[in-house]
Amino acid sequence: MIVAEQKPFEEIKAKIAKANKVLVVGCGTCVTVCFAGGEKEVGILASSLRMATKIDGNPKQIDEVTVQRQCEWEYLDTIKDRIGEYDLVLSLGCGIGVQAIAEHFPEARVVPGLNTSFLGLPVEQGVWEERCAACGNCILDLTGGICPIARCSKSLLNGPCGGSHDGKCEISTPDRVVECAWDLIVKKLMARGELDKLLEIQPAKNWQTSRDGGPRRIAREDLMLAKE
Amino acid sequence: MADATNGYKSGSTLEKVLRAGQFAATAELGPPKNADAEVIRKKAALLKGYCDGANITDNQTAIVRMSSIAAAAIAVREGLEPIMQMTCRDRNRLAMQSDILGAYALGIRNLLCLSGDHQQFGNHPTAKNVYDLDSMSLLQMVKGLRDDNRFQCGEEIKGVNPRFFIGAAENPFADPFEFRPYRLAKKAQAGADFIQTQLIYNVPKFKEFMKRVVDLGVHEKVYILAGVGPLKTAGAAKYMRDQVPGMDVPDEIVKRMEEAGKGIEDKKAKAAAAREEGIKICVELIQQMREIPGVAGVHIMAIEWEEAVPIIAEKAGLLPRPVIQ
Repeated sequence: MIVAEQKPFEEIKAKIAKANKVLVVGCGTCVTVCFAGGEKEVGILASSLRMATKIDGNPKQIDEVTVQRQCEWEYLDTIKDRIGEYDLVLSLGCGIGVQAIAEHFPEARVVPGLNTSFLGLPVEQGVWEERCAACGNCILDLTGGICPIARCSKSLLNGPCGGSHDGKCEISTPDRVVECAWDLIVKKLMARGELDKLLEIQPAKNWQTSRDGGPRRIAREDLMLAKE
Repeated sequence: MADATNGYKSGSTLEKVLRAGQFAATAELGPPKNADAEVIRKKAALLKGYCDGANITDNQTAIVRMSSIAAAAIAVREGLEPIMQMTCRDRNRLAMQSDILGAYALGIRNLLCLSGDHQQFGNHPTAKNVYDLDSMSLLQMVKGLRDDNRFQCGEEIKGVNPRFFIGAAENPFADPFEFRPYRLAKKAQAGADFIQTQLIYNVPKFKEFMKRVVDLGVHEKVYILAGVGPLKTAGAAKYMRDQVPGMDVPDEIVKRMEEAGKGIEDKKAKAAAAREEGIKICVELIQQMREIPGVAGVHIMAIEWEEAVPIIAEKAGLLPRPVIQ
């Protein structure tokens, strides 16, 4: 899923400083699951902003709504009748949600309340980790289901580099321990007796399918509606 | 000017020495954090005649320094054979190949292919890293340029192609230990002609590594130069033991460095005693390396202490360096 984090409160407050009527829009999907922009977080943020702007002597009307998915037109249509009433929309969706609102409601002014962090998962309660870099060319079959593109600091295809120590990446600090993805890969494959996979030289990667090839688009004719 | 005749891959001095079965010795020359060519000339003068080639580092530890290609070209003019280092951190495959063509045109004949330290360690931690290639695919590319006369994309090189003696690094002490010999084999397969290892202080552990390397027959495919280096102070030994990932410095070495300056009041004399012990340990390490099956030479890393190299080379019986016609 997409993992996001709420921006610092002061930054959000500054972003809405010039508006009088603000609609805080949450999203019921990924950012709800990662406790960053669901109905609950929208409620807490909206009331905090109401209080803070009142204390500052500049009270604002701050309303709230959470749509099931900010990234689909049909769910955004549920707010189309009211969005025009506001001079600012504060989206608590991921970067896709913010852009979907801006695209679907060209008249609306929208600001982001979250920082979209990565594609990952909750490894334990309250802890999320990156797992996928969306490189567009999956090789997880070669690496025991552990992604070196997303999880090696150098995205090496033939690791581990000389900085791997005790299962930790060389960039680890006492405050930030980073697992060496290649240590995990090597240990897993060797335990399975699949050393041959590790001995094969993985050639230079084709990054065209990744962000390096420009903005990506998938068009499937089998799913498209016939044009009138 | 070196050429690739008489069956040599590159004709570099290092290649000739190793092919002749001589115990090779390489050193290291760190370019300055400024644009002063004189620094390179002075360091080159210190090393010339005492090694078969000197590594010219490429923004080592991710700190901006004079480019390895420029510093290596200056070394060529000074008569010191450079081993130009190239990391994957700062350049994509286009920039790397154009630099490789340029380096060859400037008379550089040895190229060491590295992934490079992460930028977090350097003076520009906010920079984007490239890693378009890794050290393995860089080796393949440099070999392809030389042996197949083709760019990485497969296009033929029309005219002079760059013919380098290709090096790689391996850290026998990094984890997972049991995989390291295989990774070295992989580098040989990818195109490495020689390997320089990380600094070795734990000789028994290195011997264990080399035994596995020899069992795999890798020492017959690639020349392995064992990394050694003089310690300057007990503090440096402790720092390497405790703080540097992938370094293995036994307590015994740290203790020897601590003992060296003991009882000496004068600060200068105390420091000199430590340096002397550091050189002594280094010389002993070289002698031990000579005895290990599969070791073809030593890589002496006297970082920012180039003056130590002639002394070490002399004491370790590495002089005079062979001249192969």
